[in-house]
Amino acid sequence: MCLALPAQIQIIHADTGMATVSVDNIKVEVSLALVDDVQVGDYVLVHVGYALNKINEDEAIKTLALFAEAGLTTTP
Amino acid sequence: MSMKPYTSKLDLSTGNVDLSHGGGGRAMAQLIDELFIKHFDNDLLRQGNDQAMFTTKAGRLVISTDGHVISPLFFPGGDIGSLAVYGTVNDVAMSGAKPLYLAAGFILEEGLPLADLERIVISMATASHTTGTPIVTGDTKVVERGKGDGVFITTTGIGLVPERVNISSNRARPGYSILINGSIGDHGIAIMAGRENLQFGTSIVSDSAALNTLVEVMVAAAPADIYCLRDPTRGGLATTLNELAQQSGVGMLIDEASIPMKPEVKAACEILGLDPLYVANEGKLVCICSASATDRLLAIMRQHPLGQDAMKIGVVIEDKHRLVQMTTAFGGRRIVDWPVGEQLPRIC
Amino acid sequence: MKYISEFRRQDLAKLLAQTIAQTVDPKHHYRLMEFCGGHTHAIFRYGVQDLMPSNVEFIHGPGCPVCVLPIGRIDNAIQLVERHDVILCTYADLMRVPATGRTNLLKAKAAGGDIRMVYSTQDVLKIARDNPHRQVVFFAIGFETTTPASAVAIKVAQAEGLTNFSVFCNHVLTPSAMQAILDAPEPVAIDAFLGPSHVSSVIGSKPYETFADHYAKPIVIAGFEPLDVMQSALMLIRQINEGRHEVENEYSRAVTRDGNLKAQGLVNEVFERRPQFEWRGLGLIPNSALKLKAEYAAFDAERRFEMPAIQASEVKGCECPAILRGAKKPKDCKLLGTVCTPENPMGSCMVSSEGACAAYWSYGRLRENN
Repeated sequence: MCLALPAQIQIIHADTGMATVSVDNIKVEVSLALVDDVQVGDYVLVHVGYALNKINEDEAIKTLALFAEAGLTTTP
Repeated sequence: MSMKPYTSKLDLSTGNVDLSHGGGGRAMAQLIDELFIKHFDNDLLRQGNDQAMFTTKAGRLVISTDGHVISPLFFPGGDIGSLAVYGTVNDVAMSGAKPLYLAAGFILEEGLPLADLERIVISMATASHTTGTPIVTGDTKVVERGKGDGVFITTTGIGLVPERVNISSNRARPGYSILINGSIGDHGIAIMAGRENLQFGTSIVSDSAALNTLVEVMVAAAPADIYCLRDPTRGGLATTLNELAQQSGVGMLIDEASIPMKPEVKAACEILGLDPLYVANEGKLVCICSASATDRLLAIMRQHPLGQDAMKIGVVIEDKHRLVQMTTAFGGRRIVDWPVGEQLPRIC
Repeated sequence: MKYISEFRRQDLAKLLAQTIAQTVDPKHHYRLMEFCGGHTHAIFRYGVQDLMPSNVEFIHGPGCPVCVLPIGRIDNAIQLVERHDVILCTYADLMRVPATGRTNLLKAKAAGGDIRMVYSTQDVLKIARDNPHRQVVFFAIGFETTTPASAVAIKVAQAEGLTNFSVFCNHVLTPSAMQAILDAPEPVAIDAFLGPSHVSSVIGSKPYETFADHYAKPIVIAGFEPLDVMQSALMLIRQINEGRHEVENEYSRAVTRDGNLKAQGLVNEVFERRPQFEWRGLGLIPNSALKLKAEYAAFDAERRFEMPAIQASEVKGCECPAILRGAKKPKDCKLLGTVCTPENPMGSCMVSSEGACAAYWSYGRLRENN
């Protein structure tokens, strides 16, 4: 279950509690009812029309570094 | 033309299709005269008979028919009218034939705005002119409101197969190459974007197009080296490859990284939980050709406006299970199976 | 696609594959259960297994809400449409799930039922607003990821005074199912768990800590992209090699220890636990599902309409219960590919593309054919 996709917030519609988010050039409207403190430019996980969580950029970079490290330990 | 016995012109700006337009009386004659004949105009249609008579060079003829139902009727990159022409032109062309003539049957729903119908008819006429396939005979019926989806169009086409060309879905053999003329999934995603509860702020347009001129240059360049041609419409590339594998009794191995796909289509598929391999196309063809003709055909295809992104996407292999397999862009391998019914967006 | 494409890179996959190959103990057979259907999907769709050593086995768990929904609940939904003439809204995933008597929601729709596929609970609210004279029921399914969206819709309906909107609640709870698998009387053939991605982004990683401890099973919260799956498998293999059993979080870009407190708060406000709930393939599991609290009874379809409990029977010979516990593999089932196919699913593991059997049949049967 639980298909959720990272999308970037483009516009916040404060009056409706909605936001326009995009994945590359595809834009969709999502509800911000489940998240606090999000800003334009943030990446959020989108699931069934709701932003579920903010993506933590620092943690994403750390995880990507782990994959690369795996290589460092194996390539002489 | 002689004076028409109609008291007033067809109200194309605010009028609607009503049951009298299918009743066989004057209203129907007027609709046919002022809409269909006016726009489709050609010598054979003007014969005014219930059939069109023509002579053709002796040789192998093909005939194909296709019913077109689509919602919405107008979508980014096309409409049901052009689609109905291209769809049948393409089905005829997938035999390697040059399409000659089309017949069109309309089932109109009571209440369809005449302005919409005119737009569709003009679009069909334009498509028929640009593809060089006149609509030479037709039929109109009207069904009660609620019994149709605006308009259904059935088109039938005939074409002439050039000499030396022998294309059939059972002719794929191990070692042959699998080619495609461009990016997949554009049509299906454009249609979904056009539907009510999905607003994509983007510019994905349908790839709806007539492939007959592309096929013409391909068969001219390598008449005996093209074994299968098929347009991957409903069910997408995956379905077409499975059909060809099944009918030819072979397996296929395709390479995900080589399959052309627009970034927007990829993103839309991610959002909707769809697999682009199963999304419909309306201007694509899959070609199975000999290994030796591969580069020559690709070069020819890439010179054509509808083949600029042509790629070799895989090879035919021996497989008694007739499976289509794919090397994933991630580096693994998977089966690309038949679809289970229509692909539904998933949240899971 | 930022945060997506980077996690599917083939070059990094090769590096990870090398590290995993060097890390595994050739004498050990690693049995890793991925709880979520999302992981199962990624493993098959990207061909992750091809990059793993042969002694690392993925066991596909029960984490697909469509698969574990008991047949009786689908029967209930179809009866709602047939007997009460409601507009039934649901996510597309449910449309083809078989009900009793070889029917399903698609067929019920074809027979005249007003059944609509929605992408979001916001669509359901709109349908309710647009059809004030019809009853609109949302057939809600899903784990903790999907539940908050239902909670929001119920709160909005209450605030707007929508009297024609209700929810047929089938939301289920992940930790309870994991516990049921680990508590099974027969020996559990699982060394470690790849923990849920998006469920955890809502509930956090904390709820798994007692499992890791009590059952001595390593758990790594794993993202749904293929590199996430491989990295998490590597982390589990290291834990197993070192005799550790901790909760680790590979999916730290979206999961914290506490999860989404706002979403949890909304869910707790609207829903409470059912004493027990049937999981297709796993049977009755205590405290494993949610229902609407009494304060929200007006929005509870089970209270608004007469909805008798329906006990539907499973097909004989179906191995889904054993497969869901990791005791058997899809290929061990005699029905697979003969009478049970994605077109004609017999058991829970075949009903959605994320079910263990469907994923295996559609993407993975290749290996045994060669």
